[in-house]
Amino acid sequence: MTSSATSSAFEAVGLARSYRLEGVSVDALRGVDLRIEPGEFVAIVGPSGSGKSTLMHLLGCLDRPTSGSLRVNGVDVSTLSDTRLAELRNQAIGFVFQSFHLLARTSALDNVALPLVYRGMPRAERRRRAHQALESVGLGNRLGHRPSQMSGGEQQRVAIARALVGDPRVVLADEPTGNLDTRNGAEVMAILDRLNAERGVGIVLVTHDSEVAAHARRQIHVRDGLIEYDSGTADGATGRDEGRTGPVEAG
Amino acid sequence: MRTAEAFRMALEALRANRLRSALTMLGVIIGVSAVVVLVAVGTGAKNAVESEIAGLGSNIILVVPGRLGVGALPTQSRLDLADVAYVRRVVGDPSKVTVSVNSGETVRVGRREAFVTVVGTDENLPNIFDRPLRRGRHLGETDVDTRRRVAVLGSEVAQTLFGDVDPVGRQLTVSGARFRVVGVYETVGATFGVARDQEIHVPVTTAQRLLGVTRINGIAVGASGPDQIEPLQRRVVDALTERYPGERFSAVTQTQLLGTIGTVLGMLTGVLAAIAGISLLVGGVGVSNIMLVSVRERTREIGLRKALGARQRDVLAQFLIEAVLLTTIGGVIGILLGVGGSLLIAALSPVPAAVTWWSVALAFGVSAAVGVFFGVAPARRAGRLDPVIALRAE
Repeated sequence: MTSSATSSAFEAVGLARSYRLEGVSVDALRGVDLRIEPGEFVAIVGPSGSGKSTLMHLLGCLDRPTSGSLRVNGVDVSTLSDTRLAELRNQAIGFVFQSFHLLARTSALDNVALPLVYRGMPRAERRRRAHQALESVGLGNRLGHRPSQMSGGEQQRVAIARALVGDPRVVLADEPTGNLDTRNGAEVMAILDRLNAERGVGIVLVTHDSEVAAHARRQIHVRDGLIEYDSGTADGATGRDEGRTGPVEAG
Repeated sequence: MRTAEAFRMALEALRANRLRSALTMLGVIIGVSAVVVLVAVGTGAKNAVESEIAGLGSNIILVVPGRLGVGALPTQSRLDLADVAYVRRVVGDPSKVTVSVNSGETVRVGRREAFVTVVGTDENLPNIFDRPLRRGRHLGETDVDTRRRVAVLGSEVAQTLFGDVDPVGRQLTVSGARFRVVGVYETVGATFGVARDQEIHVPVTTAQRLLGVTRINGIAVGASGPDQIEPLQRRVVDALTERYPGERFSAVTQTQLLGTIGTVLGMLTGVLAAIAGISLLVGGVGVSNIMLVSVRERTREIGLRKALGARQRDVLAQFLIEAVLLTTIGGVIGILLGVGGSLLIAALSPVPAAVTWWSVALAFGVSAAVGVFFGVAPARRAGRLDPVIALRAE
């Protein structure tokens, strides 16, 4: 992997993805051009069915585009085998899901250490790093707890620790506050803010909640498989500013 | 992913579903223990019969009139003592030929009685058969020549009729005739259901007069060495056929008996093992079934693992190792139960079960192979799951 500091975290050109559902082709994403730099805090906003989840799956290398190209850290993912793609996910990307996706019968510590298992890292080292990651989300006292013994907010913080443990350049968060009450949601967003500000970890947030999206410095609105609005990077380089008229509240 | 880690993960998954894992293993446990026990019983039976035959003595040829074989009609014997003398001349060494006349009779001592096989034979019997004495002496040449009423008892007969008293020198009654006990044999066990410890041996001449016959039942010849058995057997049968043209005589040797019986019992053991193997196969299908259910149930987990960087082969390995652990742990338990069961059978029943190392090795190998064979399809399915679809699964 030739990831260099200068290449964009994500660089999509004409990115499209269609599915065949019972013989009918459905275009979920219809040609998206997008560049996200390392360390950016981006919110992808759109109603359900807009294609924002598809976009996130493509950015997260969980799925392959039907057409168009995507570079992750400067690497064209279409050239990668499934195995290399898995390695790329493991090394470069952290995931946070709406429904946490923690292993139910596994302790917080082992849940967080899971990505490192697939790096072939020795157990002691894995546990040391997982411990650190849990400390950084304020759960240093919950190492042996299982998901069922923790609140939703705590579970999502465990998931964030898991996303961080492998030192990814970017964390993809899919509705990270969707299953949380306001207080826990705010706590989770505060952690994401802090990660971005203090550690320079890039955050790509998928949400339909404008309040959550407001945490990001850049807003991208997706509708009907296309980017409808992009507020541009923090330094205002990207154009196409049609004003903030997007259906932020929709969905 | 490291191999040790994969095993740890698989064990954890099995432990998470204890009851299901146990029930799935049960199929393999039953199959493997059945293989071990049935092969042990089959092998034990074969060993027992072989040692019985070998225990008769060495290099023995049994000559009987008529055809010898399963389902052959019993043949009225026409052989008599003159024929024995003739065979002695053919063989060359008279001391290596003996004779038998058999009849079931009731024997009495005081109020005690026993139903025994009275065998009329001669002084050459111990030269051919292994019949060690516990007390007294064998039948002698003079006993036969003078039709003495003397008897050598099998160990069980002695025990039944005389208890702990030394029978040598005492009297017993066979069909109203008094006999004097001159010896007692050591316990030798049964051969083909012939309880040799329930025989009493008397001189052949005495037996013929007692039973009112001149015939004999069979002739036994001892060859001087294993390589002499076949030519001697042919010579004796040819000579008898020459003397009685148009009649059949059969000679059977221990080697032939061993070969025939070994083949039959070997086949029996194989059939038993195959039947047990089928149950092992059914156990394997159970493993496959449960693994498919497990893959379906854990689709989200698989999706998550893939998102976190698990490669196709990592997921495949995880589920394959789970399946193989199920069958090999089941296999080990099955072997322990099978060996234990075989020892129990050997100890508590007359079936001399003998555990063979090859059946244990085979059972273990097959159970591991069953795990791989039946685990591969579910594991591949797991490995190939699309992470996006898997993550959405409910």
